[in-house]
Amino acid sequence: MTEVQVSPEVAGYTEVHRHPEPKSFIWKYIFSVDHKVIGIQYLLLAVVAVFVGMALSLLVRLRLIWPNESLPLLGDLFPVGAPGGVMTPEFYLAMLTMHGTVMVFMVLTTAPQGGFGNYFLPIQIGAADMAFPRLNMLSFWATFVSFMLLMAAFFVEGGAPMSGWTGYPPLSAVPEATVQGIGQDLWIASIAVFCIASLLAALNFIVTTLDLRAKGLTMMRLPLTCWTWFVTAILALLAFGVLLAAGVLLLMDRNAGTSFFVPGGLVVSDRQIDHSGGSPILWQHLFWFFGHPEVYIAILPGMGVTSHILSTFARKTVFGYKAMVYAVLAIGLLGFVVWGHHMFVSGMSPYSAFVFAILTMCIGVPSAIKTFNWIGTLWGGKIRFTSPMLYSIGFVSLFVTGGLSGIFLGQPTVDLYFHDTYFVVAHFHLIMGVAAIFGMFAGMTFWFPKMFGRMMDEGLSKIHFWTTFVGVYAIFGPMHYLGMLPHPRRYAEMSDVDYLLTTGAEGLQQFITVAAVLTILVQFLFLYNFVRGIFAGKECREENPWEATTLEWAVPSPPPHDNFAGKVPHVYRGAYDFSLQGAKRDFAMQCNDDKAVYGDQPGSGD
Amino acid sequence: MSEGHAAVMAEPTWRGGGTPLAVGHKKFGMWLFIMSDTLTFSGLLIAYSYLRAANDWPTPFHFFPSIVFSTIMTLVLLTSSLTMVYAVSAAHHGARRKAVKWIWLTALCGSIFVILHGYEWMHLMVDEGMYPWANEYGTPAFGATFFLITGLHMFHVISGVGYLAIVALGYRRGKWLPEDVEVAGLYWHFVDLVWMFVFPMIYLLSTSVD
Repeated sequence: MTEVQVSPEVAGYTEVHRHPEPKSFIWKYIFSVDHKVIGIQYLLLAVVAVFVGMALSLLVRLRLIWPNESLPLLGDLFPVGAPGGVMTPEFYLAMLTMHGTVMVFMVLTTAPQGGFGNYFLPIQIGAADMAFPRLNMLSFWATFVSFMLLMAAFFVEGGAPMSGWTGYPPLSAVPEATVQGIGQDLWIASIAVFCIASLLAALNFIVTTLDLRAKGLTMMRLPLTCWTWFVTAILALLAFGVLLAAGVLLLMDRNAGTSFFVPGGLVVSDRQIDHSGGSPILWQHLFWFFGHPEVYIAILPGMGVTSHILSTFARKTVFGYKAMVYAVLAIGLLGFVVWGHHMFVSGMSPYSAFVFAILTMCIGVPSAIKTFNWIGTLWGGKIRFTSPMLYSIGFVSLFVTGGLSGIFLGQPTVDLYFHDTYFVVAHFHLIMGVAAIFGMFAGMTFWFPKMFGRMMDEGLSKIHFWTTFVGVYAIFGPMHYLGMLPHPRRYAEMSDVDYLLTTGAEGLQQFITVAAVLTILVQFLFLYNFVRGIFAGKECREENPWEATTLEWAVPSPPPHDNFAGKVPHVYRGAYDFSLQGAKRDFAMQCNDDKAVYGDQPGSGD
Repeated sequence: MSEGHAAVMAEPTWRGGGTPLAVGHKKFGMWLFIMSDTLTFSGLLIAYSYLRAANDWPTPFHFFPSIVFSTIMTLVLLTSSLTMVYAVSAAHHGARRKAVKWIWLTALCGSIFVILHGYEWMHLMVDEGMYPWANEYGTPAFGATFFLITGLHMFHVISGVGYLAIVALGYRRGKWLPEDVEVAGLYWHFVDLVWMFVFPMIYLLSTSVD
């Protein structure tokens, strides 16, 4: 093998990302350029956001079952939104909007990619840091500013926006229609900043994955986690730019008097709105061109983590590794051509709807490939039921359940009936909300010893898993039935709808709220386990407690500043070599050469 | 550079820490940024086409002065692309002073473009009564799309002039490499290329042919 001459540019950039270790607190923990610190910053942001989002969902659930009752404390906390402790319908819509926005952007988009991806992508590919460390820091702090802008919307005059997380005009574009104050403007500004942060981060991920891989780590030897972070980054790079454009247009409609999304002849509260020439459907096209890839931005890293963990704890190589890679690529590609299936009821040519429906059905194929390969990975394995394994199996279950209802909703004729009902709420919560969250639980319990050098309590994690798993099915399972009644979504109260009163909908709604309250309470168990783990968890200084194969398990816990302590790792094999014939251990790490795996017997290797 | 590419093709020999697509990581990053920005501009131009199809679209521009003036702007911007090519070429040949001179010339052309554009905006607003929220030709979407799309493009040109200034100063002091000049060139040519879509779609298609 002849050595390839390294060009001076290459030498130049290895210098760039080998930055010296900072000494002062501010540069080490606040404005750090270390991808590991930034990853934890993203995770902490997501933890704060997820509890805000859960609190909002609690208010939503309470309002649904006690629309007119006075609730204690609420009147003092929200004198405008809940005078005398009774939530107004506007307050309900505002909480619903903010719940969706916080969860989708600040939790589902930040934690899997910005959090775990930032921390583990460079280590898994054998790099000292991301390709652009300072850009990485900028991305996080822009995301932080975006979160602050969104939170500020709660406190301004007029309150938080209430046009849904999708920000549909004319509700979002015409101040008279919903919020008179700047709540909606803050929402748009927050999303715009988030777009810029996300697309810069995505650019960083793509360059890092392609350029900084260690010697011997070909694309087809990458851990599936890296593949999903890579494809997610491509989706983010292409999708967020369009949302940014749409956001600028919406901001101008609200503040510069333009009419991109506001049609002529609109009347709000008996008053003619002075706009003409715009189209609300245009917003929906632009938004969903982003919005559908966004669903995959949320779920793909969860798929990667699940594949990774199932293989590790079944002690088997991933069933159909190449098929898994191609399935992820296919899902990413198809994600850009199915946005119309969110708009079947918005007024669309039946021919367009037909095309979008066919393309949507096509996504079932790679999704099924992934599901069967997960089952194939488990089949005949020596399964170790650790908590990350349980969460990953939970992910597969939720993904299948949420995916099956997606096949119904992808049909225009069925969707016309279901679109504005709880069936859709059940579908998207299971597949992009809860499944993705289970991916995060799995990742957190799996990587916790690597990040903090301590373990989370396995017993508590398992209790949390079972209660949450049963809890989410108790919440979202009955919603399918509610949707078939059909119980409309987004409505603040149902007490006047006669046909629902005779169908048991009210009892089911109460059951869901009780389940939601209990499930939310259980999340504090996870938070306790997490915080306790950081400060007082069982110490775990060994490099590889799970007997896993990828590079992050070959470095100390937590890893040193430049990950490999000045050494450059060399990769000899694929990411999932478990239960090898004739090997000294039942697994081979990616950095083990044949001699390390098989000893000196000749002919035992491949 | 071709070795890097060959390493990807012959997979097991991947040696790591290289440039699989035969570009340095800064240049690669700029290409990705350009892809993303392309999607942003595409979103706006598609929105423009959508609104244009949905409305009775006015064609208020005349050959003189509108088209003549915007053609001069186009020529200034194209010239700046040419000077940028000379700058990149000089930088790669190690002619530092010459390269810096060409970069400044490029920034100058960009600035002239911005001044001409600003003058045109003033003319449209003050003399023609055309604003983002209203105009006298027809649907308000005409003025809205015009100011938004040309405005975002102008923002890119202004940012580009600032970027070029930083590169010129940094490259002259030896802090930046010829590669950085080329990366700045990529951005600059991209901004020009966007104009080559904006000019026909916004100006030429809105011209009355009488």
